[in-house]
Amino acid sequence: MNTAHKAWRVGDDVDTDQLAPGAYMKLGIADIAQHCLEGLHPGFAGGVRAGDVLVAGRNFGIGSSREQAASALVELGVHAVIAPSFSGLYFRNAFNVGLLLLTCERAGEIAEGEPVRIDLSGPRVLRADGTALPCEPVPGFLLDMVRAGGLLMQLKRRLADGSLPRYPMKA
Amino acid sequence: MPAQTLAQKLLAAAAGRDAVRIGEILTCKVDLAMFHDSSGPRRLKPMLEELGTGLWDRSKVVLVMDHYVPEADDESRRIVRIAREWAREQALPHVYDSVGICHVVVPEHGHLRPGMFCVGGDSHSPTGGAFGAYMFGVGSTEMLGVVASGEIWMRVPETLMMRWHGRLAPGVTAKDMMLHMIGRYGMNGGRYQAVEFCGEAVRALSMQERMTLSNMSAELGAQAGLVAPDETTVRYLRDAGVPDIDTSRWQSDPGAPAQWHEFDAAALDPQVAAPHSPANAGPVQACAGTPVQVAYIGACTGAKLDDLRAAARVLQGRRIAGGVSLMVAPASQRDQAAAQAEGVLPALVQAGATLLPTSCGACSGYGGSIPEGANVIATTARNFKGRMGAASARVYLASPYTVAASALAGRIADPREVLS
Repeated sequence: MNTAHKAWRVGDDVDTDQLAPGAYMKLGIADIAQHCLEGLHPGFAGGVRAGDVLVAGRNFGIGSSREQAASALVELGVHAVIAPSFSGLYFRNAFNVGLLLLTCERAGEIAEGEPVRIDLSGPRVLRADGTALPCEPVPGFLLDMVRAGGLLMQLKRRLADGSLPRYPMKA
Repeated sequence: MPAQTLAQKLLAAAAGRDAVRIGEILTCKVDLAMFHDSSGPRRLKPMLEELGTGLWDRSKVVLVMDHYVPEADDESRRIVRIAREWAREQALPHVYDSVGICHVVVPEHGHLRPGMFCVGGDSHSPTGGAFGAYMFGVGSTEMLGVVASGEIWMRVPETLMMRWHGRLAPGVTAKDMMLHMIGRYGMNGGRYQAVEFCGEAVRALSMQERMTLSNMSAELGAQAGLVAPDETTVRYLRDAGVPDIDTSRWQSDPGAPAQWHEFDAAALDPQVAAPHSPANAGPVQACAGTPVQVAYIGACTGAKLDDLRAAARVLQGRRIAGGVSLMVAPASQRDQAAAQAEGVLPALVQAGATLLPTSCGACSGYGGSIPEGANVIATTARNFKGRMGAASARVYLASPYTVAASALAGRIADPREVLS
């Protein structure tokens, strides 16, 4: 919570074709990530640094089920996306690939480039001037998934401790 | 037992419960997992190998090759080859390769039945809701969780009841109903809850038209788009080789908790969604006269047999305007063969249409057939900027009637002027 995260701002209705454009979907995630948000914020993919946060408007992540739209942000090192609302499908995908989403009605108050802190116990976002922006609670099992690094890592753990049976790898 | 919505009953059954509360988080057992060449094997195979596990139940898995077929370049060939090799290696019993779009092919073969709980590796998976099944889209990692465990977590959704009174006018379709609802409530109006379509106008729709409603529940931002099963469902499934369907159990109870929205089907005009959002929808009159260079009749949303028939009713014995390219990509080979046999496809070709392969093609930006700078009118589900592959194209969404009438006029046109 003591780490400051630099904010990158985008607007309402950012769709999955902006985050992972269809034309690059054949490529691997490292290449898709280089085109992330290029139509909306051309400096983003090249300028974003590990630990930065993306602050968006309403309905972030609408559109396709392609989870590359979430993995591209993980690939770029984005720590969290903060927005007043998310597409439900994007919400599931993000936690599954280990990307933290915070639903924050007042996300629009955060300025481009502003350093913000995240307090998960609230949860809330703390602005540079000390203002606290409340966020909707995140269910504990989803926070665990992000902490584990996503569903893949969680499945690994369950297979290892025997809580999930192994099935034959070949028919 | 408290009154339950259809959505609650479907989730309760999948969780092994008699009843569930809205907002409750459940673990549900999956009856069917569907994925395609883009979302499926190329992502699942390496992750399953990394985990050192396999499919929980291959009889419940359906693989459809529809996105990168026919293979246009080396990357597409590589992706489709992975899917074919994996299907053989896993001895998958249900594989549909290059025979059409997953959301149309899967029900065609009787895989979806009332009461089922299904997931699909594609955002238009709510299409399955037309059969009284709970079906929704998931990403590849979540699909990995499903195929490795047979389970998925769910939050029991609220239900938004969309009740359509009366009957649609000639030339007005399920697509127009959806564009109207998306225009009214926006792309996240469904708040990832369940939508149920009901009322006289919905009961009167064919199965394929109901599939269009459920399909575009994705654009309404709903998790699922349900239609309670009835005689129409039973007839379709009988033809698909599924006899003896129990429809009575899969109905919302009177008094079940739901938010009701009422619509007058008879008053609905054909709708057009202007660039670059399905939510920019309004009556065709608002866009009428806009010149178009490309008319596209394709996709799971807009090129099923009923859609092709609608287009042919407009184009039969006529010729599209000079300077317009009309492309038709039937949603499945079965629908294409039926359309050929009943003269629908010949009517479209004689009117000047070019026939494209039965795959996702230009709808998902894979075909490269949409030129830069063009005004496009399409029967597809989404018109996000760049979605069809050309960043500067301006895409208008409409029903197959309206797309056909616009191809005829060379500008966006009201199909009722041609049909009357």
